[in-house]
Amino acid sequence: MEPFPQIPMLSYDVVVIGGGPAGMAAAVRAKELGLNVLLLDENDYLGGILPQCIHPGFGLHYYKEELTGPEFASRLARKLVELGVEYKTAARVLEIKNYSDLEKVVIFTSPSGVYQVWAKAIIYAAGARERHAFEIGITGDRVAGIYTAGEAQMLMDIYGVLPGKEIVIVGSGDVGLIMARRFALEGAKVKAVIELMPYPGGLARNVMILRDFDIPLYLSHKVVEVRGKGRVERVKVVKVDENLNEIPGSEFWIEADTLIISAGLVPSVKKLKKIGVEIDPATGGPVVNDRLETSVPGIFVAGNSLLINDLVDYVAEQGELAAEGAKEFIEKGGIESKKWIKVEKGENVRLLAPHYLSGEGDVYLYLRVSKPMEDVELRVPEIGKKMRLPVVKPAEMLRIKLKAEEIKNTEKLTVEVVKA
Amino acid sequence: MKTKVAIIGAGISGASIARVLSKYENLEVHLIEKAPDVGWGVSKANTALIHGGYDDDPEKYPMRAKLCIRGNRLWHQWVKELEIPHVWNGALIVALKEEDFDELEKLLERGRQNGVPEMRLVDREEVFHLEPNLTREAIGALWVPIVGQIGPIPAVIALVENAVANGVKTHLETEVREIKVENGEVKGVETNNGFIEADIVINAAGLYADRIARMAGIDYFEIHPRKGEYWIFDDDVPGPKRVLFPTPTPISKGIVVTTEISGHLMIGPNAQDLPPEEKENLATTKEGLEQVWEGAKKLWPQLPPRSKVIRTFAGLRPEPTGGDFIIKAEEEVWGFINVAGIRSPGLTSAPAIAHEVAGIIENSLGIELKEKEKWNPYRKEITHFFMMRPEQANEAVKKNPAYGKIVCRCNNVSEGDILEAIERMKFIGVKTPSVDSVKFRTKATTGTCQGSFCRPKIIQLLAREYGVEPWKVTLKGKGSEIGIGDVKALLRGEEA
Ligand SMILES: Cc1cc2nc3c(=O)[nH]c(=O)nc-3n(C[C@H](O)[C@H](O)[C@H](O)COP(=O)(O)OP(=O)(O)OC[C@H]3O[C@@H](n4cnc5c(N)ncnc54)[C@H](O)[C@@H]3O)c2cc1C
Ligand SMILES: Cc1cc2nc3c(=O)[nH]c(=O)nc-3n(C[C@H](O)[C@H](O)[C@H](O)COP(=O)(O)OP(=O)(O)OC[C@H]3O[C@@H](n4cnc5c(N)ncnc54)[C@H](O)[C@@H]3O)c2cc1C
Repeated sequence: MEPFPQIPMLSYDVVVIGGGPAGMAAAVRAKELGLNVLLLDENDYLGGILPQCIHPGFGLHYYKEELTGPEFASRLARKLVELGVEYKTAARVLEIKNYSDLEKVVIFTSPSGVYQVWAKAIIYAAGARERHAFEIGITGDRVAGIYTAGEAQMLMDIYGVLPGKEIVIVGSGDVGLIMARRFALEGAKVKAVIELMPYPGGLARNVMILRDFDIPLYLSHKVVEVRGKGRVERVKVVKVDENLNEIPGSEFWIEADTLIISAGLVPSVKKLKKIGVEIDPATGGPVVNDRLETSVPGIFVAGNSLLINDLVDYVAEQGELAAEGAKEFIEKGGIESKKWIKVEKGENVRLLAPHYLSGEGDVYLYLRVSKPMEDVELRVPEIGKKMRLPVVKPAEMLRIKLKAEEIKNTEKLTVEVVKA
Repeated sequence: MKTKVAIIGAGISGASIARVLSKYENLEVHLIEKAPDVGWGVSKANTALIHGGYDDDPEKYPMRAKLCIRGNRLWHQWVKELEIPHVWNGALIVALKEEDFDELEKLLERGRQNGVPEMRLVDREEVFHLEPNLTREAIGALWVPIVGQIGPIPAVIALVENAVANGVKTHLETEVREIKVENGEVKGVETNNGFIEADIVINAAGLYADRIARMAGIDYFEIHPRKGEYWIFDDDVPGPKRVLFPTPTPISKGIVVTTEISGHLMIGPNAQDLPPEEKENLATTKEGLEQVWEGAKKLWPQLPPRSKVIRTFAGLRPEPTGGDFIIKAEEEVWGFINVAGIRSPGLTSAPAIAHEVAGIIENSLGIELKEKEKWNPYRKEITHFFMMRPEQANEAVKKNPAYGKIVCRCNNVSEGDILEAIERMKFIGVKTPSVDSVKFRTKATTGTCQGSFCRPKIIQLLAREYGVEPWKVTLKGKGSEIGIGDVKALLRGEEA
């Protein structure tokens, strides 16, 4: 049963797709667990988006040390090399085929040709993509000087190109704020950060950047239009009401040569959708169990493909967990569970993962709230679990550990965030 | 002695003319374009349809009526010779109420007059057989199987590559500023890059054809822009199998719902008249886009959520005084041929326009055209990684490893595709490296992420192959540079 008898064939226990922190951590763990693993990444280097994140803020949980993105990536990469994990860069996965539970094929292309790899399990860690200007409804001229934050970051920190000198940033999440600082540090004038919501999207420490660099923040505003010949010359901003509707007459223009879109990330899961993996519309990633296995047996997912993480530490943690899941799957022919416990979203929970728990081990639940609140409790009423939190914000992912013995006897769990 | 021909404008009209005239031994053909690359005028942003030729009234618009159907027939041949991406999927002009059938009857009759083959009215049952997901309100349609779609810029590129291979000279980034006329005869054109001598000047300048005509002292027409706006959706959104039109109104063919040739659902255009001076106003507008949305919904109720939009854009139709194409040798200036007011269906008509112009050179100017003994009608399409089977890709990789390396992940465009695009840009004389030149040849940056992953990589390749600094690479020609300098330029107090 060879799909392409004409192209070279390889065979592994596990193929890891994506060499960012999720994929590297997964490959390292899989190797440690004795699995025969191949890691594939399309870039010329490992690390995913980390090599372009030259600021600190990575690794506090995972390495108990504050590192920059490249430092975090190189630690994982060194471990990978030390363990002798096989990997290929400049290797793009084109297609995944799922023939049966323990027979999967990954087709990839590389400068040495197109290959097919047979695998028993796949760990999918392909990251996310950024939302772009068209997706957020910006009209006007299609000119140079409009970049997503990640693209601008790549231009500056990988390729050494300065995109412009008068900058407007859409979105006050961490990524937007970090880019505001990045531009300011290079001597550019950041004229405004525009935020649709009535509160800033980023972590408190990143919101401080605005004060440090004297950058105006417009809450409850949005950029609706860009005009220019050749290059951005000005952007139109409009105030919005509580329902996010534009307030007529509130428009004003800001002169700028560059518009940075930092309007959120979307998990890259098209290849999973094609093989029938069920997607959760709330996370944008697959529906998974506590081993991060998707609805297609033997296909695991980790990192930003699972759900958008703000901390790389959790991403690496998910990679390891997926590898452990793959090991169990390969050895036992499936993830063991006496009964699957469904996890449901309660009050003020916008998204969460995993969606089903086996009850066989401890588990971390990752979740985000819908709206900011102060002095709250995160509760799982069915098991009487409570966690006190001074503030919660949609931008900050919450994580709670549930112990196997706590959840063993339940049918379903609800997670809610309510006033304490 | 050769007759020198200068064609102003490398849009679909100028490029088609260049290709047809490249057949003749006794012509020396120069194709002049002010933009950095070919096909960036009106030909860049349109619905990309090869129309059926049934809707232009031969009494009112004889040129349009005659050339549209001829053009359609010629395209069926040209797309094969030139390997232009295309699909012949036919069109349905949909009736939503009984009165619509009166209009469709008229179109059917007019189509017969214009010589359109194979059209017929279909009933409710057949219309859903042809297009299962059409609005339930549909009660029938006019079915026009000869309608198709092509890649309009790829078509211009293909025509110019073929023309250059057959000896045509291109002058890009060359703007015609004056036309030299002596004793009632053209002598050539003055440009920003010097004087180009010519015995025949063909004005195929799109929106600016009125300005060019005035340079030759001809001022009986004016061109005003009529804007049309579009939405394009991600390729996982289901679209129709056929091109869907509403029943037309006296002013417009209406908002089309179609799956364009790369597989994306596309809706548009509306029609908004702009004053003559707004020929550069290609901005999309909230109002225009909403109008398109509402219009499209009538035929295709299951429009996707707005988050599935990958691009919106606008095009400008060059609307001439009188409404018909103006294609003729002007009597007061010998050697000056207008190909002006080429509004819709100009893309469809282009091959016929080109033959019409060859006829004008013979009949009105009295120059007997001698065919070359060896004229090459063929042109090979650029290599697209996404079209190769794995074993073909491995063959290509053996010759050049770059064909195995993906740059644009949404559309699987390889580095090899991009390097080949750059080679082809240079072949037709593209001097300024721009991302759009690569985009229109390879489809890189046109997918779900709109280039946020691959644009920086394309910039690197362009910078390397053109030997310029990466920040000097442009998005779409001078004035649209990617950056202002290296990342420390401002701190050093410099600015590019
Ligand atoms: C601007 C910015 C600032 C950030 N700041 C911080 C911070 O301060 N602290 C912090 O902890 N976190 C930060 N993060 C978040 C953190 O970096 C990410 O959550 C994390 O890197 C995601 O890792 P990943 O492995 O899931 O994905 P990625 O790092 O995106 O890696 C995925 C990899 O898969 C590859 N790939 C995708 N598809 C294929 C395919 N078909 N074939 C082969 N390869 C493929 C991609 O090219 C990529 O290399 C930041 C993120 C950004 C964008
Ligand atoms: C919204 C819209 C939808 C349409 N849909 C369709 C359709 O579905 N089917 C169809 O058949 N037709 C359609 N059309 C019409 C079709 O696009 C045009 O008829 C056709 O592209 C015109 O081509 P052109 O070569 O005449 O003009 P252009 O493509 O504009 O070429 C003229 C060129 O001349 C150059 N130029 C101008 N001035 C100078 C100068 N002084 N010196 C040097 N160069 C100069 C310009 O830069 C330009 O590249 C549509 C048009 C629009 C706008």
